[in-house]
Amino acid sequence: MSVFVLRRVLTLLATLVGASVIIFLVLDALPGNAAQMLMGADASADAVRALTVKLGLDQPLAVRYLQWIKGFVIGDLGNSYVYGTPVASLIAERLVLTIPLAIMSMLLTVVLALSAGIYTAANHNKLGDVGVMSLTQIGIALPNFWFAILLVLLFAVRLQWLSAGGFAGWDDGIWPGVKSLLLPSISLAVVQAAILARVTRSAVLEVLREDFVRTARAKGLGKREVLWSHVLRNAMIPVMTVMGLQFANLLAGTIVIENVFYLPGLGRLIFQSIANRDLIVVRNCVMLLAAMVVIVNFVVDVLYAFIDPRIKVHDL
Amino acid sequence: MSAQLSTPVDVPAATRPLPARTFWGRALRHRSFVLGGALSLLVVASALLSLVWTPWPPTEIDIASKLRPPSAAHWLGTDSFGRDIVSLLLAGARSTILVGIIAVSIGLTFGVCLGLIASAKRGWTEEIIMRFSDFTFAFPAVLSAIMLAAVAGPGMVTSIIAIGIFQIPTLTRLTRGSANAIWAREFVLAARASGKGAFRITIEHVLPNILSILIVQATIQFALAILAEAALSYLGLGTQPPQPSWGRMLNDAQTMLFQSPMLAVYPGAAIAIAVLGLNLLGDGLRDLLDPRLARER
Repeated sequence: MSVFVLRRVLTLLATLVGASVIIFLVLDALPGNAAQMLMGADASADAVRALTVKLGLDQPLAVRYLQWIKGFVIGDLGNSYVYGTPVASLIAERLVLTIPLAIMSMLLTVVLALSAGIYTAANHNKLGDVGVMSLTQIGIALPNFWFAILLVLLFAVRLQWLSAGGFAGWDDGIWPGVKSLLLPSISLAVVQAAILARVTRSAVLEVLREDFVRTARAKGLGKREVLWSHVLRNAMIPVMTVMGLQFANLLAGTIVIENVFYLPGLGRLIFQSIANRDLIVVRNCVMLLAAMVVIVNFVVDVLYAFIDPRIKVHDL
Repeated sequence: MSAQLSTPVDVPAATRPLPARTFWGRALRHRSFVLGGALSLLVVASALLSLVWTPWPPTEIDIASKLRPPSAAHWLGTDSFGRDIVSLLLAGARSTILVGIIAVSIGLTFGVCLGLIASAKRGWTEEIIMRFSDFTFAFPAVLSAIMLAAVAGPGMVTSIIAIGIFQIPTLTRLTRGSANAIWAREFVLAARASGKGAFRITIEHVLPNILSILIVQATIQFALAILAEAALSYLGLGTQPPQPSWGRMLNDAQTMLFQSPMLAVYPGAAIAIAVLGLNLLGDGLRDLLDPRLARER
């Protein structure tokens, strides 16, 4: 087990380094000169050179890369080219929104998907199964941002129960903040849950066919008891793998959904920074998102080795 | 495909396979295949039709007749620039399909080649290719598109490359997994014994045997590409105006939610129809091309 975890940690580190090199090369080396981009094409050569020196862009590529990585590890991401404020605090302000949004969406996804998946597997080929599965087929086809717009149309424009966008913040307690993240997290969750529900259903159906399930039933356990105590734990492995992969989608989704609801999260920050040519902010945001995706998948890998001791090192 | 095999001529009439045993015979009775095929054809037909005819020129701005309700002249009304919605939807199908086809081709080319190489070479080559594909998973289409847009500006090419990159790891994994299963089969052993090299075995035995799996997955990937394209052009990172695109239409419609809510409904429904069609078609193809998988589901 420790060899396995060690190997995974090494892979994780290699992946993070690889990702950072690519992000750095694309966002720092490729455009040629960030100072020129910031000042526009008609800036004087002297002014551009002065800004280049001021931003530290005159140093060799490798030095700048190592400085960035060192800063990333200790939490000093440098200053925004445009605002002059520390990038770390700009990002931290936005994560207050994006992280709760991602967590709320993931929780909703799991609750919706597991209940739909278990329900349909338990009622295999009955009317409820066919009905819910048809709904998930439609759910998979919905673009999440369109579903978000439909929710706004219904709850904000027609019924006027919730506001069409904006974020109330956490200063007046938890509820106003949660309320403004409600529609965004539902729109993210429903589409993801449709996929996860199908995975859950087929995983549960697969386990239901195993011999130990027949044995458990033969020794007199009820259908319900077998389902909850024997089947679910075994069916969780494929479900967790997909959940890990969905987290990447979810983070990408928050960027889109934040734009639908005008939420001041990480996604909006990235778009402002692209518009402002504030490449240092874009670079750090992209790295942060990529790192989150990689780390979550690492955690899932390690977790399911613990859940299922049958998984051997070479299987992964 | 199996039609010739399953209808030998000298079989007595009573045991002769019914027409339902041929591919098309089975296909036309398969509900998801028929529904999915019809929806996908509808989208392709719209795109083709828009090349030769649209009710109005899709990019023609006519402020005087903006936000018109549906009428005989404008079947679904007009948007805030007075453009005809039906014409925009038809022309939007074109951008969607174009981006989808090119992005999936990029994904297939790289994904299948890498997967086949990994499977044929094994060892370190396989390890490196698979780690590389794990690594590419860290970059969802939106993230790659953001990076590219930040340095090269947004546009159709940006979205095609970003979506293409995001297609690669899934296809690499699938190809490598299915190819490994073929490499373990006896006919491959026989081919090796007869002196064929890894390259010839890959082309002559492995690829033809995983082709149906790849066709099914390509259909599903096409649906994912359409969703990604819509999201990117909604965000303004993809197809740029005046080129009509469904994602862009949703973005425009969002500012008019209170005045003309229906403007936000049509383009989204078009995206959902295209994606649903391709997903159903993929499910149908999977059942039809690989009956073993169908029984397991």
